Amino acid sequence: MVAQDAHAHSAPQGFIRKYIFSLDHKVIGIQYFFLALTAVFVGMFLSVLMRIHMIWPAASLPLVGEIKPETYLSLLTMHGTIMVFFVLTTAPQGGFGNYILPIQIGAPDMAFPVLNMLSFWTTFVGFVVILAAFFVTGGAPLHGWTGYPPLSALQSAGPGEGLGADLWITSIAVFCVASLMGALNFITTTLDLRAKGMTLMRLPLTVWSWFITAILGLLAFGVLLSAGILLLLDRNLGTSFYVPLVIVNGQVMGHKGGSPLLWQHLFWFFGHPEVYIAILPGMGVASQILSTFSRKPIFGYKAMVYAMLSIGFFGFMVWGHHMFMSGMSPYSAFAFSILTMCIGVPSAIKTFNWLGTMLKGRIRFHTPMLYAIGFVSLFVSGGLSGPFLAQPVLDIPLHDTYFVVGHFHLIMGVAAIFGIFAATYYWFPKMFGRMMNETWGRVHFFITLAGTYAIFMPMHYLGMAGQTRRYSEFTQVAYQAKLVPLQTFMTYAAIITITAQFIFVINLFWSMFKGPKASDNPWEATTLEWTTTTPPPHDNFGGVTPVVYHGPYEYGVPGAPRDFVMQTDPATVSTH
Amino acid sequence: MATYTPSTPIDNVQLGRGGGPPVPPAGGGDGGGRSGSPNYGARLRRARLGLICAIATVCMVFISLTSAYVVRQGLPTFDDTSRSYVRDWGEVHLPWMLLAVNTALLLISSITMEAARRDVTRQAALSPVKSIPGISLGDERHFPWLGITVLLGLGFLIGQWMAWGELHNGGFYINTNPNSSFVFLLTATHGVHLAGGIIALLWAAITTLLRKPLEARRIVVDVTSWYWHFMAFLWIYIFALLAFAR
Repeated sequence: MVAQDAHAHSAPQGFIRKYIFSLDHKVIGIQYFFLALTAVFVGMFLSVLMRIHMIWPAASLPLVGEIKPETYLSLLTMHGTIMVFFVLTTAPQGGFGNYILPIQIGAPDMAFPVLNMLSFWTTFVGFVVILAAFFVTGGAPLHGWTGYPPLSALQSAGPGEGLGADLWITSIAVFCVASLMGALNFITTTLDLRAKGMTLMRLPLTVWSWFITAILGLLAFGVLLSAGILLLLDRNLGTSFYVPLVIVNGQVMGHKGGSPLLWQHLFWFFGHPEVYIAILPGMGVASQILSTFSRKPIFGYKAMVYAMLSIGFFGFMVWGHHMFMSGMSPYSAFAFSILTMCIGVPSAIKTFNWLGTMLKGRIRFHTPMLYAIGFVSLFVSGGLSGPFLAQPVLDIPLHDTYFVVGHFHLIMGVAAIFGIFAATYYWFPKMFGRMMNETWGRVHFFITLAGTYAIFMPMHYLGMAGQTRRYSEFTQVAYQAKLVPLQTFMTYAAIITITAQFIFVINLFWSMFKGPKASDNPWEATTLEWTTTTPPPHDNFGGVTPVVYHGPYEYGVPGAPRDFVMQTDPATVSTH
Repeated sequence: MATYTPSTPIDNVQLGRGGGPPVPPAGGGDGGGRSGSPNYGARLRRARLGLICAIATVCMVFISLTSAYVVRQGLPTFDDTSRSYVRDWGEVHLPWMLLAVNTALLLISSITMEAARRDVTRQAALSPVKSIPGISLGDERHFPWLGITVLLGLGFLIGQWMAWGELHNGGFYINTNPNSSFVFLLTATHGVHLAGGIIALLWAAITTLLRKPLEARRIVVDVTSWYWHFMAFLWIYIFALLAFAR
């Protein structure tokens, strides 16, 4: 595998080599994209089942029938796991990163094409394995996407904790291996395959974001992998890493002396960087699009790079803020709290720079731009509740309430999804050679933005009112019953928002075949992917190796013939 | 018998790459080679970079296992009979002799691996000279360093397997106590990683049979040798952890 040349492979001919087991990073990127699209619909279906069950607990629903409390927990677990791993980690990095990164740095392919294909198909196997958990005896696991033992470590702890939980852990382990192969490939490609003149400080911010994400993945997924192996051993070979002396249904289990906190530390050491793995590519895409459609250079390019680097760096030192309620020493809690709030600084720098980029720009409100602005909006509103939760004294009442659910859905869930939408509308012409429909794109944007806020803002109020998360039924609980009208409103908002996503899917597939033909550079952007043909040829630049003379965001340069200077334009324009 | 035919100007010699196309001058800058021409220097650098990433990942795996080891070792557990908190870490009687022999095997294999790497590097460096018509470097006897390394690696794995058998004979299983759990876990994880190295070496052997260019084999051997040294170092670390941090 290491001996594979980056670009010695010629264009394949047969269907299988061309579209299924392809070595071409562009095909692999599209494969990742459609895998994530499938996964997001599965995850969304699970979420709407949960929302319906919450307000009509007795209703019998399609495919699942009557929802019992344990069914609800299965839905919750699988929704979280599928969304975090197979959507938020897969689409921005595996999908767009794979397709765009090599082109943006002027490379003919990824550094290790065979490894790239392997990492996609390993991810695919992971997805199949996790879906299989629905269909085995006992069904899907109950332990949430965080998989806290002892619930996750005991076969007899619940109906889904048998084979279903084993499949869940296996799927995550497989996904870890796939992500590690991908991260290795991304880092090597970015460091070693840049075109002549493409210095690190001329990289588009998207490339920076994928690169930093890959570093986070490389350091984080190995930890989750070892944590998962320990969990499998506890479950199947009777070890006691995580499980203390525990009694299930009056029966003493064979374990003794383990600590569930050990899992929490290992899991969150991975889990917090994972949040940034999901959101960083969105930040890169937002920067790229805001600059392009404001027709202005990005405000503070270097500050953006250093902000992303410091977000990645601090991301490894704050895992304890997920564990304030675990009996942590107040001194550790204090340290984790301070470090967590430090992340507010680079995040604020980024937000400030995005607003500065738009200030006095000649903004073109195309759909990608709308989604990039939506990303900034969600990043701010989701981010502002972060410092609340970062303080142990506030986290104690808010922990395990809907406040947390609202916070992480806004910032990590939907903000990242908006990044994916922005990227889809922005790069669709390059990927498929046709334009997407603008009108329906805007309709989709406004419904999704309004719907997102309608679903997730009320959760903050529910949390402050003390409504706990993970409860399948609360309509009969006296103090929570008063909150049902707000929950009902959220369910209706969710149904409308989910329905609106079909506008996107129809637009996507319709435009793929019937949309108007796209030119090579429909957005008048500057980075390398817009210098090549639409869609790019097998080796990306048709045998030419691009040479880079400019930074990535030279819009509105005085004295230039056009309002943008391509990165490959010869250096005739003086730039500062 | 070495002979030299002066009529072939050395400057214009097509660099022997197993009949491959001539190598363009190195791209300079960051770009490296262009499409279709195997630029082995760039590929070697790229493969080494990939290896550094892979080693970083393996380090993270073993760092997290070590931290789990240290944390689990210090955990108190409630003992019903004495009604107090006790350490339940437990004891394991390691088969010292066998493990010492295994360690020796692995260290020797690291030396033979290095010899194999230098051998293939030398061959790659000399291949342009050898491709000159009429030039022979005399009887080349290749000591099968690679094969010996694979055998020593397999010997190490079999030795570890025997060590597991010894542990089982002594009544220590993976679920006997936390200490024994970690002994089996760490040795197994290391063994799996070493097996990956053996598979890479077998791949290098297959590339020879497939008559792939020497340079392609050189890259596999070079990268695997660094990985192999890392595996030897990792085993010393694990052995020290199991021996001194009991």
